[in-house]
Amino acid sequence: MSIPSTLKYTKSHEWVKLEADGSVTVGITDHAQEALGDIVFLELPDTGRTVKAGEECAVVESVKAASDIYAPVSGQVVARNEAAVDTPESVNQDAYSAWLFKLKPSDPGELAALLDAAGYAAVADEH
Amino acid sequence: MPKRTPLYDAHVAAGAKMVDFAGWDMPIHYGSQLEEHHKVRRDAGMFDVSHMRAVDITGSDAQAWLRRLVANDVAKLNLPGKALYSCMLNAEGGVIDDLIIYFFSPNRYRIVVNAGTADKDLAWMRKQTDGFAVTIVDRPELAMIALQGPNARAKFWAAFPEAKPASDPLIVFQAAQWNDWLIARTGYTGEDGFELTLPAADAPATWNRLLAAGIAPIGLGARDTLRLEAGMNLYGSDMDETTLPTESGLTWTLDLKDAGRDFIGKAALAAHPPQRQLVGLLLEDRGVLRSHQHVFTKQGDGDITSGSFSPTLQRSIALARVPPGVNIGDEVAVEIRGKRLKARVVKANFARHGKALI
Repeated sequence: MSIPSTLKYTKSHEWVKLEADGSVTVGITDHAQEALGDIVFLELPDTGRTVKAGEECAVVESVKAASDIYAPVSGQVVARNEAAVDTPESVNQDAYSAWLFKLKPSDPGELAALLDAAGYAAVADEH
Repeated sequence: MPKRTPLYDAHVAAGAKMVDFAGWDMPIHYGSQLEEHHKVRRDAGMFDVSHMRAVDITGSDAQAWLRRLVANDVAKLNLPGKALYSCMLNAEGGVIDDLIIYFFSPNRYRIVVNAGTADKDLAWMRKQTDGFAVTIVDRPELAMIALQGPNARAKFWAAFPEAKPASDPLIVFQAAQWNDWLIARTGYTGEDGFELTLPAADAPATWNRLLAAGIAPIGLGARDTLRLEAGMNLYGSDMDETTLPTESGLTWTLDLKDAGRDFIGKAALAAHPPQRQLVGLLLEDRGVLRSHQHVFTKQGDGDITSGSFSPTLQRSIALARVPPGVNIGDEVAVEIRGKRLKARVVKANFARHGKALI
């Protein structure tokens, strides 16, 4: 199980990358893709949509089941990964390259609540 | 704690992800369900189905008893080893289980039933024996391995050349005894192959020999997508005691030719025309159909009973129970997360023998 130390994480198994322009890139962790199995469909939020931290905003469907993806912080969706929509299996192949969407945080203070790699490793161990 | 088959250690050694299925600790996949699915459609795979139950029926009234017990008619079986798929109905015509019956002689048969219903089935069978000279012997000690795929038979013979003379002449849906094994040309994937029923003690060595011959282990996840593509029902999802076989795509399994034969559920079926029907659905929009999603048709509402992504079609497919009058080719809507997506009604036979049929 890979948990890069350069990223932040949520308890609900999203990874979050803080970009230089202040936006954040969001995907699902290697642990999450492994638990889901073969991913066959992604439903991503439309750009321009405003989401609250913890709000369901995307769906990842594997052959087995559908799983909700939650916004790690509040903000506005500024990009979605259309390439991943066309090749959902890319999330299985490299969960940290196949990002899902980007947010412009409305309250950068929320970023402090995200887990670091060690904190997420403890969460992933329990599930 | 869930029960373990004789192949439990083999699954763990092969890196299987184990899950509880009908009270059994079974492999859901060994890494990738999709790869396993393709392996069966394109080459050869094997499934541990030892959780399913064999039941031997013997006695001078064995045939007469089975002609009353199940809705298909075992009297049409006369080739030794020939198998018959049938529903076992309750008095209301509901499906207690679907099963396969192997014929050896009019006083000797074997029934194979589903794992989750085995105890219920046996209790029901034993209640129906009054007045019949019949003996029911439960065989939970037997292991079962299903080999499926275009190359499954050839790879089986490469691993067990000594079994070829007994199994090569088998036609589809026929079985032969080989030593203390039963080799049946049956399956649940829409591909050719064999199902082996053998003593538990033989199972691990047999599995390893098949593995060495290039037959890949396949989990229950791919078993489900394979049977759905082949349009085969899963008991408990697509039919149960509250549904009639005529509402479950199983009218073809009812044998009414002998007007003098009275099977359990026959009168109820005659009195209750089907109020619903089971059809195939192909999702035209992007998404994944799942069981319990709501279906909207011009004739009324229905529900998906089994749905998944079809690895062969690269589209989502389903079985759905809808009102009578819905026809093949109709456009319907399926509600997924609050949105109504477009689906087309199709014949519930999506892929078999390595090929897409839609």
